[in-house]
Amino acid sequence: MNTSLDLHALYRAMLLTRLLDERLWQLNRQGKAHFAVPVAGHEGVAGYAFALDHARDYMLPHYRDLAALVAWGLTPREIFLSLFAKLNDLSSAGRQMFAHWSLPDRRVLSLSSPQPNHVTHAVGIALAGKIRRENIVVWTGFGEGSSSKGDIHESMNFAAIHKLPVIFCCENNRYAISVPQEKQMAVQNVADRAAGYGMPGVVVNGAHALEVYECAREAIERARRGDGPTFIEIKVYRFMPHTSNDDDRRYRSREEVDAARLNDPVVLLREKLIAEKLWDAARDTALQKDLHAEIDEGQAFAEASPSPTAADAFTNVYAT
Amino acid sequence: MAIKTFLESIRDTMHDEMARDERVFVLGEDVGVTGGVFRATEGLYEKFGADRAIDTPLAELSIIGIAIGAAAVGMRPIAEIQFADFIHPAFDQIVNEAAKMRYRSNAGWECPLVIRTPYGGGVHGGLYHSQSIEAFFCHSPGLYVVAPSTPRDAKGLLLSAIRNPDPVLFLEHKKLYRSIKGEVPDGEYTIPLGRADVKRAGSDITAIAYGAMLHETLNAAEQLAREGIEVEVVDLRTLFPLDRETILTSVRKTSKVCIIHEDTKTMGLGAEVAAIISEEAFGDLDAPIRRVTGPDLPGIPFNETGEHAFLPNAEKIATALRELARY
Repeated sequence: MNTSLDLHALYRAMLLTRLLDERLWQLNRQGKAHFAVPVAGHEGVAGYAFALDHARDYMLPHYRDLAALVAWGLTPREIFLSLFAKLNDLSSAGRQMFAHWSLPDRRVLSLSSPQPNHVTHAVGIALAGKIRRENIVVWTGFGEGSSSKGDIHESMNFAAIHKLPVIFCCENNRYAISVPQEKQMAVQNVADRAAGYGMPGVVVNGAHALEVYECAREAIERARRGDGPTFIEIKVYRFMPHTSNDDDRRYRSREEVDAARLNDPVVLLREKLIAEKLWDAARDTALQKDLHAEIDEGQAFAEASPSPTAADAFTNVYAT
Repeated sequence: MAIKTFLESIRDTMHDEMARDERVFVLGEDVGVTGGVFRATEGLYEKFGADRAIDTPLAELSIIGIAIGAAAVGMRPIAEIQFADFIHPAFDQIVNEAAKMRYRSNAGWECPLVIRTPYGGGVHGGLYHSQSIEAFFCHSPGLYVVAPSTPRDAKGLLLSAIRNPDPVLFLEHKKLYRSIKGEVPDGEYTIPLGRADVKRAGSDITAIAYGAMLHETLNAAEQLAREGIEVEVVDLRTLFPLDRETILTSVRKTSKVCIIHEDTKTMGLGAEVAAIISEEAFGDLDAPIRRVTGPDLPGIPFNETGEHAFLPNAEKIATALRELARY
């Protein structure tokens, strides 16, 4: 275990994400937010954000990577500004739907909705880094649904040819909205495909954030050494519907969801920390109180922030 | 002032700009060692190395997607799509990513990308080496679409495109590459995007064209001049955003308009130009607006008779202009 990992910071990011996720869903159900993208079950991805260098690396995440973004410095205020599509939303000034992140000051490139259009961009950023002799690593995430598309093939092929420092992270939650994995591919592991591109492919259990961190750290070190890309498949389970517009009861049983919830990444990390005497119930209660206060403050700040005017829709089409 | 072909002008401009600005690099199929199938990138690999003249796999989607990523972090990529007919796998990247990057991020990110691609027919290219694709992309605000017709304009517009902070689709009519020669001023000069150019002054009819058809239109105008009809020929040069002012100024002078393009007729550029004139200068018109265009066919046939039947030329344009003059 890398001793530089701050376990408390990791747990804090994951717990904050879970509490935020619950609030975002509530606000949607109350009719106060047009759109929510639940991430419960995916919080283990926060581990990879701790393995990257926040000062120089790029992150082009999967849209369900809220935990990694929180670990990367995305704040509750910023999240609620996006949720309510406010003018001072950093990602898009309220132009894009929620969860289409863009953090220019933190090297998170603007994401669109068609998946996985951003993966080729990750390769392009890494190529720019190679041309300019910069020692950067580019992380990009996408779902196993996206792995069916040619973008992934073309991106992995090009990155492998040029030994580019890209980590391809497939978050396999077994459903492309409603379509189960067995209707998406004939293989058990998407990572099996990596061999066909001449890069390592590894599978990691996303319920365990520390395993995600370790796996990411190795891949990032390899990329930074100049040894090229790695394909990481994180096995996760989405506890909630795909988005606030989805009803997952149409395609999977409650029993299946309940069984998956027994492997809750936030709970598993909490129990591990408690078992290792690094955490306790009292500290957990206090932390939850702090995080709720932070969430309340972020929500109130965003609610009080100005919305875009009609005139704001007409700016920044071209530079001039 | 040197005399250069259309192709030489484009190639030399890339050489000069890559020497001046180390952020500029080219990528695409066969653009490196062999210098491009039309030789537009000849010599770049030898001069600037494999890092800045990148031979890519046969994969148009990622040629553009990778270029977008590099552009977003400060490079100035010039991506070549070998034939415009092959650009369609990258449509999503161009329209959904490059064209929307600035807008959707509220200028948090930008996409200073140039996509060069040879388009157009008349070289026995059949259905898949002859297409005109401009209409698809002129429906995508956030993107510039440029189509020069002369070696001089090619240089000035390509320099503007490379230095532009927004994405530019740079359409090079492949028939012009070696058939058109002209004077190209030495040294640096740019021609602003979004500005049309009056290539021939006239008082009787306005003919609006671009690309290879500009030259057919100039030939037709020559014929009509011998018959005493003075045709003003407007070269659009930038197809999106259109230069409404130059179009309308000419129309108000002549009161008669013919729009010429090689692309198929319905929903082609001519439809938009005609709509602008109808909205803004209807009272100035003395005749219905004419269009001379490719027919609404799925493609340009390989056989010579079919190809000839598809393409507008000076004769067809001259006939339309005479009819318009008599109206």
